[in-house]
Amino acid sequence: MFDYQFFIEVLVGGLLSGVMYSLVAIGFVLIYKTSGVLNFAQGAMLLFAALTFVSLVERGVPFWLGAGVTLVIMVALGVAVERVVLRPLVNQSPMALFMATLGLSYVIEGAAQLLWGTQVHGLDLGIKDIPFEVGGVLISQFDLFAAAIAGTLVTAFALFFRYTRTGLAFRAVADDQFAALAVGLRLSRVWAAVWTAAGVVALVAGLLWGARLGVQFSLSLVVLKALPVLVLGGFDSVAGAIVGGLLIGAIEKLAEVYVGPLLGGGIEAWAAYVVALAFLLLRPSGLFGQKLVERV
Amino acid sequence: MTTPIRSAAVRWFTPNRFGLAVLLITAYAVIPFAGSDYLLDAVLTPFLALALAALGLNLLTGYAGQVSLGSAAYLAVGAYAAYNFNLRLPGLPFLASLVAAGFVAAAVGIVFGLPSLRLRGFYLAVSTLAAQFFVQWALTKFGWFSNNNPSGVIDAPPLAVAGLSFSGAVGRYVFSLTVVVVATLLGTRLLRSQVGRNFMALRDHEVAAKVIGVPLLRTKLLAFGVSSFLIGVAGVLWAFAYLRTVEPAGFNLDRSFQILFMIIIGGLASIRGAFLGAAFIVVFPLLLSRFGAALLGNVFDSGVLEMSQRIVIGALIIGLLIAEPCGLIALVDRVADKIRRRVFPPQSRPIHN
Repeated sequence: MFDYQFFIEVLVGGLLSGVMYSLVAIGFVLIYKTSGVLNFAQGAMLLFAALTFVSLVERGVPFWLGAGVTLVIMVALGVAVERVVLRPLVNQSPMALFMATLGLSYVIEGAAQLLWGTQVHGLDLGIKDIPFEVGGVLISQFDLFAAAIAGTLVTAFALFFRYTRTGLAFRAVADDQFAALAVGLRLSRVWAAVWTAAGVVALVAGLLWGARLGVQFSLSLVVLKALPVLVLGGFDSVAGAIVGGLLIGAIEKLAEVYVGPLLGGGIEAWAAYVVALAFLLLRPSGLFGQKLVERV
Repeated sequence: MTTPIRSAAVRWFTPNRFGLAVLLITAYAVIPFAGSDYLLDAVLTPFLALALAALGLNLLTGYAGQVSLGSAAYLAVGAYAAYNFNLRLPGLPFLASLVAAGFVAAAVGIVFGLPSLRLRGFYLAVSTLAAQFFVQWALTKFGWFSNNNPSGVIDAPPLAVAGLSFSGAVGRYVFSLTVVVVATLLGTRLLRSQVGRNFMALRDHEVAAKVIGVPLLRTKLLAFGVSSFLIGVAGVLWAFAYLRTVEPAGFNLDRSFQILFMIIIGGLASIRGAFLGAAFIVVFPLLLSRFGAALLGNVFDSGVLEMSQRIVIGALIIGLLIAEPCGLIALVDRVADKIRRRVFPPQSRPIHN
């Protein structure tokens, strides 16, 4: 006897946690789209943002001031990364840039924990995590809140890309760096802006994930959850990141509940990768990725 | 003027070969007698195992151009395969288990290398993470691999080959050294053969390689196979010669990155670079902790130390990628070249190495 109600509950839970994956994935997409870098340090930025915010609040700084200060720090970080890491590596292969972001993630993780300590911090955003019932299906209030935040953020970015001059510059750089340079766009400024935007996404995602998991080192491992989402959705598509996140979230939870017991459980760690790979074997450019002959 | 015979001998006996001979004689005839147990156990044996792993990854990433982020998985496969061969086939000599473990790792590597036929670049790099998570999960979940140890821990039996015991610190060092020397020789030969040239053609331009008749499918899978064979053998050394008690959690993503960092720091597509990078990554934390303790005293607790190591290693990676993308080995070569020119001033014929 198949329990539909339970199935839907698992599905909704999966979709909502998928939104959280999308949130992390969007940070990657922003940077990949405009600079062709797979930014492995996104997880470290997330940890850094959440840890900074929590530590400020714990030291008695009011909530909004703390968020503002963290935002300023993330902006400074974005500008610094462009200055110190990206600018000297212009024209290097994308793989070299990727490895540089691996190094960067070590630096940021180390610095965050050196600065604020390695203990686990609780983070309370003031949203009670009491599940409520819709038609017999239990839905987590917190997950719903996170989904709403993610939705707002995505809409904001979509509008920003579509209607502002900076957004237009972002799209131009994403389209063709040389052409963008030729018409007088300042690449370095665009990159700094993009890394700043990614920092803002990291702050939001860090707060939401931090409230869920506690703010600690393992927060930076959230990247590993976002990577299959990116593979599935395509590295350069915001829409792909969202749909991919939802799919991965749902599949992961369903697999864990229905397939997991057959294999001894704990398959969450790799189920997403297997799904993403199986999909890629059929469609190498992902769901919404640009169809190029060669993706390097 | 030199006679032709002498000049041939001189030409064969290049400074590089001379250096290699000195290194090998030191490694076999001096270190086992002069080195302390601490040096052998905590520095040289892990260095040898990781250097072999770095060499394996360098074959795949440096020479064949396929980035892999899952190296630690093949280390684990090698270690657990050798353990099981040793346990379940009691008559099997240890060297046979070692080679068989390498082949098991190669088979796993080929399976996880299959996506490389469709994916490139970042997509491939991400997909190699699947090996990392799957292997770690399987080794923890299925008790069979660890002879039903509840947390997947295996204890390696004392090392013995053909009745000779290699269980002391010196024995384990000499055993590792021999395995690494043999594996390195084989790897070097392979790279100088048609296969090695195919690897490089694949790395430099896949389409061009295909046009000139390099069988892409076979070459890619071979690269994954050979690379994970070497990493698997390194895993056997890691488990049997160095740690002797290993658990799946020890083969985590950090270990994979550690091996990747070795080849970036040492130098991509360089055999000596793999060794140099491994030496650096093994020795550097020890030095940092010594200096930290000496300079700052007790301020430097273990947590602070670990974090500063992370920062310094990360910064170093970025710095090297900016300043010397070819790795430390390029730096060493330049310095060595200068010294060589000073000591043996170049004659009419330039010295090739």
